[in-house]
Amino acid sequence: MVSGLINANPVVYQKKERRARNTPCDSDEYAVESIDQLEIFDHIRDIKDPEHPYSLEELKVITEDAVEVDDGLSYVRVTFTPTVEHCSMATIIGLCLRVKLMRSLPSRYKVDIRVAPGSHATEAAVNKQLNDKERVAAALENPNLLDMVDECLAPSYS
Amino acid sequence: MELLDGRFELKEIAKLEGHTDRVWSLAWNPATGVGGIPLVFASCSGDKTVRIWEQSPSSGSWNCKAVLEETHTRTVRSCAWSPNGKLLATASFDATTAIWENTGGDYECVSTLEGHENEIKSVAWNASGSLLATCSRDRTVWIWEVLPGNEYECVSVLQGHTQDVKMVQWHPTMDLLFSCSYDNTVKVWAGDDDNDDWHCVQTLDESNNGHSSTVWALSFNATGDKMVSCSDDLTLKIWETDETKLHSEAGYSPWRHTCTLSGYHDRTIFSVHWSRNGIIASGAADDAIRLFVENQEKGIDRSSFQLLFKKEKAHSMDVNSVQWSPGEKVLLASASDDGTIRIWELVPIS
Repeated sequence: MVSGLINANPVVYQKKERRARNTPCDSDEYAVESIDQLEIFDHIRDIKDPEHPYSLEELKVITEDAVEVDDGLSYVRVTFTPTVEHCSMATIIGLCLRVKLMRSLPSRYKVDIRVAPGSHATEAAVNKQLNDKERVAAALENPNLLDMVDECLAPSYS
Repeated sequence: MELLDGRFELKEIAKLEGHTDRVWSLAWNPATGVGGIPLVFASCSGDKTVRIWEQSPSSGSWNCKAVLEETHTRTVRSCAWSPNGKLLATASFDATTAIWENTGGDYECVSTLEGHENEIKSVAWNASGSLLATCSRDRTVWIWEVLPGNEYECVSVLQGHTQDVKMVQWHPTMDLLFSCSYDNTVKVWAGDDDNDDWHCVQTLDESNNGHSSTVWALSFNATGDKMVSCSDDLTLKIWETDETKLHSEAGYSPWRHTCTLSGYHDRTIFSVHWSRNGIIASGAADDAIRLFVENQEKGIDRSSFQLLFKKEKAHSMDVNSVQWSPGEKVLLASASDDGTIRIWELVPIS
């Protein structure tokens, strides 16, 4: 992927320090622990960009604030910001986010993935495609696409 | 059953497990549930198989009678029985439609229909069983003529949708074909006298009060003069036509929007089915099943509908399909991302 990069010189930001999740020590160890913003962010921050050797966090495609979670309603929304307005990788990045959360969260969770309002030229079309589960299911049966997704997700398993 | 006079609930009478991936769709065999023939339905799944389920007449319990596998190589998205219940058509993301013949409990694949460029999303038989329709992500709708000897000939490739076509459905009595799409529209297709030449006779879109996002499914009432559609825009819409004109020499009577049911659903509505006794069931991505009935008050010009019952957490994940059974005793079956099928009975709250 030397030539024809969508964004040849992305700005790379420093990773945030990983915070230990603070769990109150007097809590009931058998209580169901609710899933919070930081936990979701930890699941997706190390996903690799499809064309650069940087994580989505380093490119500020996602931030902790981009994650909204309501554990009571089993609902998560991730809003990501493509590095450039015409990024043709936006659907791949969104697909990676969806697959990672699908594999990491309990199945009761409803997940919406969207690009940040105003951050992409074909925002509505990208959002519609990412949230059509039939098209997502069909895409994940495509071996080439699945390889691409798995490659982006590989670092986050380490 | 006077629906508006009492309160009702859905009682779960069976939870069927066996599929190893999400269940996308199910179809009741229309020739069952009457004259002592036990109820039968087929379900299809992301696990690439189709399962045939039968109710035991003595115990009322449900058994998987057959697993149709090793034919489709990808997700089986949709299945449909021919009107006489002898043939089952299955549509797959592998771009093929398979036809299965039921020979005394055994199911044999007797034909494979090829031609679509990519994933097939839906398959449907017309009322007489002489025509089959399929639709695909390739934006086309194909009409196949059923010939003797398990031969199928494509008689028309219908182009007009600008996106992925999600579902095809035939009118319950006439050879009118309806398709709904990711392009937010429903299209109505009619053939010439010989059913050789097909064309779009109406497009229901936002300009005539249609949907503002993907239309996932539609269903007709028993007489065929009303239709309900469901969408990613979180609404159900009711459409009506003049049934007498539909059957007259004029040939076609346009459908008009009469009612929008909004504010009831929180997430995408994937499935809608209108029962013969007038109850609309919807299955949605919020795991719930809802039932609606038409208000029968006199003096109301336009149709209006009310929520009869909402079953929260009908499944533990998205509800992909809801279908009322044929036969004397009407049951509702639902299929879900949680891999199960559930059978429900509508009972009065005592």
